Amino acid sequence: MTGLPNSTERKMGLVIDLDTCVGCHACAVACKEWNTGGYGAPLADTDAYGAEPSGTWLNRIHTFEVAPQAGPAQVVHFPKSCLHCEDAPCVTVCPTGASYKRVEDGIVLVNEDTCMGCGLCAWACPYGARELDALAGVMKKCTLCIDRIYNENIPQIDRIPACVRACPTGARHFGDIGDPASAVSRLVAERGGMDLMPEQGTKPVNKYLPPRGRDGWRDGGDAGEVNLAALADPEPGGFLGWLDRALERLG
Amino acid sequence: MHPAPSIVVFTVLSGLGLGMMAWLGLGLGPDGGAYRWLASALALGLTGLGGIASTGHLGRRENAWRAFSQWRSSWLSREACLMLAAMAVFGLHAALWCLGGLRLWPLGLAAAGLALATIHATAMIYAQLRAVPRWSATPTPALFVVSALTGGLLGAAAAAGLTGASAPAGWTALALLLDGAVWVWWQTAAAGATRGAKGSSMETATGLGFMGRVRLLEAPHTGANYLLDEMAFRVARNRAFELRRLGAVLGYLVPLALALLAPVLGGWLLAPALVAHLAGMLALRWLFFAEAEHVQALYYGRR
Repeated sequence: MTGLPNSTERKMGLVIDLDTCVGCHACAVACKEWNTGGYGAPLADTDAYGAEPSGTWLNRIHTFEVAPQAGPAQVVHFPKSCLHCEDAPCVTVCPTGASYKRVEDGIVLVNEDTCMGCGLCAWACPYGARELDALAGVMKKCTLCIDRIYNENIPQIDRIPACVRACPTGARHFGDIGDPASAVSRLVAERGGMDLMPEQGTKPVNKYLPPRGRDGWRDGGDAGEVNLAALADPEPGGFLGWLDRALERLG
Repeated sequence: MHPAPSIVVFTVLSGLGLGMMAWLGLGLGPDGGAYRWLASALALGLTGLGGIASTGHLGRRENAWRAFSQWRSSWLSREACLMLAAMAVFGLHAALWCLGGLRLWPLGLAAAGLALATIHATAMIYAQLRAVPRWSATPTPALFVVSALTGGLLGAAAAAGLTGASAPAGWTALALLLDGAVWVWWQTAAAGATRGAKGSSMETATGLGFMGRVRLLEAPHTGANYLLDEMAFRVARNRAFELRRLGAVLGYLVPLALALLAPVLGGWLLAPALVAHLAGMLALRWLFFAEAEHVQALYYGRR
């Protein structure tokens, strides 16, 4: 049944640090690499080397520019994948029972053997986290790498989602967000982890850590107004200033 | 949203067929004559044709039968179950009526109830989607139910007109006026139901609103993808205006004029009225999908 469980034993999910992410797309590439060869149908590409390439990805990196009232804008790289919502609208709309949320760890999955590819779950998701595979005709989404995290055939260090394993800056964290003592929960508490589109009422499990404030310009500092004239005609102080003035007098 | 032809055709044809089932089940029209054959065949045929069309956009049609399993949680599954039940009960009712000359009102009433419930379930598939304010922040169930009942009345009246029975042309005209009013009501609500209608914005989507105004600097990919094709469909403003005008003229004004002329010139006029209404409804239903905006496109900088 595609009803949602009242509660899940754990809430496995990702905590993504928007302060640390450098937008290298390594997580998306690692995700594509692992998931095209692992669980379920491959993530198909159409016209991959042609004029209009298109393909299925479970993780995509957007880059935003945020302009404050005063001061320069800030660039924020923003990886987006399934948030494994507690109140997942994609699950309840599924007519075939292919979409489900697991009681044991809260992971939202699609049973590709029973999915009829109607696409309604993708319409129900406010985040654009589900993509219908053009070749397999079934709905694809992030599985939190269930074929890695419980996989006893790979070293312990690799038993985390491929995106987390690949991130070179440590911007992605994996763990039980339902356990207040877990490392990810402490991180969320310390850094003010936030929900995306809380007004949609989906109660996402994945959290995003906001970028830290920048020195000098968050509270009306002067970095926003650079004196270009001063840069063009430097007036050094101290010993260099004395030297500069002395040389000028000589000349 | 991507206006898949299969869904546009399905919602219009099946809606009309189910609307006819509701009226025929309630006892509209004469009990005997060729009317019962034509009306029953139209109701079942249009509903069935729509049902077949609805599988057109599926990625895995062989799994379509599983859509009857999740009626406890899914409106799409409820629609499938209710439609099958409505067709079965109405089919039995029609068989007894046409072959046996027996128009059993309890069976007809049950068919009418199931047909109405099916139309409502279809509407709820769209009305439940909070991520698409144009469907969820507007009176979508009223639009679908009244449209289907109006189309159904017109269908039954056309069947009566073609078979020489007395056609309820006046009531049909009244229904078209009412349906037009509901459509204007829905359209007025939809005009303000953009992506941001339920409080979503690029700022809430990214959580970065506390820092300032958010703008997409670089998209994740340079080409198209499923998300953009399916949920960021764009229709030119001029084209939408022309199509809406065509829908209003063909869907409402032409059938209304023909329905008013029918008592004078003959009931057969209701047949071209039905054809015009169908064409108009296809245009308006296409716009229902094409103009709906999905909040996920906020991540792609579509405010």
